[in-house]
Amino acid sequence: MNPGGNPILTLIGTFALMSLFAVGGANSAIPEMHRVAVDVRHWLTDKQFADAFAIAQMSPGPNVLIVTLIGYAVAGVAGALAATLAMCLPTALLAYCVSRLLNRSSHSPWPAIIQTALVPLSIGLMAASAMVLVRTSASSWSAALVTAAAAALAFTTRLNPLWLLLAGGLLGFAGVID
Amino acid sequence: MPPDSPPAAVAVPNHLTSPPPGLVALFLAFARMSLSGFGGVLAFARRGIVDQHKWMTAEEFNETFALCHFLPGPNIVNFTMVFGSRFRGLAGGIAAFAGLLGPPVVIVTILAALYARFGEIEALRRILAGVSCAAVGLLIAVVLRMMLPLIRKRDFTALVVLLAVFIAIGQLQLPLAAVLLVATPLSIAIVFVRRRGAA
Repeated sequence: MNPGGNPILTLIGTFALMSLFAVGGANSAIPEMHRVAVDVRHWLTDKQFADAFAIAQMSPGPNVLIVTLIGYAVAGVAGALAATLAMCLPTALLAYCVSRLLNRSSHSPWPAIIQTALVPLSIGLMAASAMVLVRTSASSWSAALVTAAAAALAFTTRLNPLWLLLAGGLLGFAGVID
Repeated sequence: MPPDSPPAAVAVPNHLTSPPPGLVALFLAFARMSLSGFGGVLAFARRGIVDQHKWMTAEEFNETFALCHFLPGPNIVNFTMVFGSRFRGLAGGIAAFAGLLGPPVVIVTILAALYARFGEIEALRRILAGVSCAAVGLLIAVVLRMMLPLIRKRDFTALVVLLAVFIAIGQLQLPLAAVLLVATPLSIAIVFVRRRGAA
């Protein structure tokens, strides 16, 4: 909110607001995270953001934990905790309230209508996330090729995603990707 | 609401073979699912809740998860709160929430500290570059898989809405909040009008 103010409060305000618009899960909020963290607030560079995404994907747990990494980069352990809770707690409490409410009035057609309407929005947002990440991480032909190969394998086979991440890491280590 | 209705209005299904989990069981179960969940927790959550613990039937799981998917915020995190509170009220929700987030946050924070320290080491950079390419590839595959039902149903209106959101955010880089404030009511109106026409 105020650029010169307490970074913890800025983190909380930023991610609490962002989570309320993250329909379709954490991945659909990636473009907004990138816009705020890299372009607006300059918390991270493009490269650091792509690395944070990779670390969050490599780690166990929900993919939303990229906000933990952004929070850590801004304000250490306290920042990591503040960003995670700000991103997760308000919407979880909202879900709790809505679920109680819906269990009382299950005759309305609106839950089904809203759900159907949100499906294309949510997929469109995820596609945009993929686009932003392709732009930041697949900056060369070899990188684009590895990305495309991973997408094709994950789409056409039932391979455990961990193998693809491992293969990507090995190819990177071998210096294939520049 | 009649005065004699149950306070939480979240009746625990009585046909389950397993007794409802306590707070510690909720915390531990979600911690375990979360720590197995490389590249997303959903598949492991379903396996744990439906197949292993039999705390919900497959249908109940689908309905509960669908609700969490159409609410804002990280789906699986929303799910923990709704799931836990169904059995043990708000405290149960918080126990499941803490189980899902607590252990992985500790791991990721340690990784963040290592990255802050060693992020400039060339080998680590190269590995991360490769991993992030693969991670983006996985994301593309998920998006394609999610589009298949719309393509099969020949739901062109939905595909146009999808494409419009993709261009607005991915290409034009407009702010998320503004795009959603326009696109959400529009999409709801489209579905409403089409259902009226079909009925």
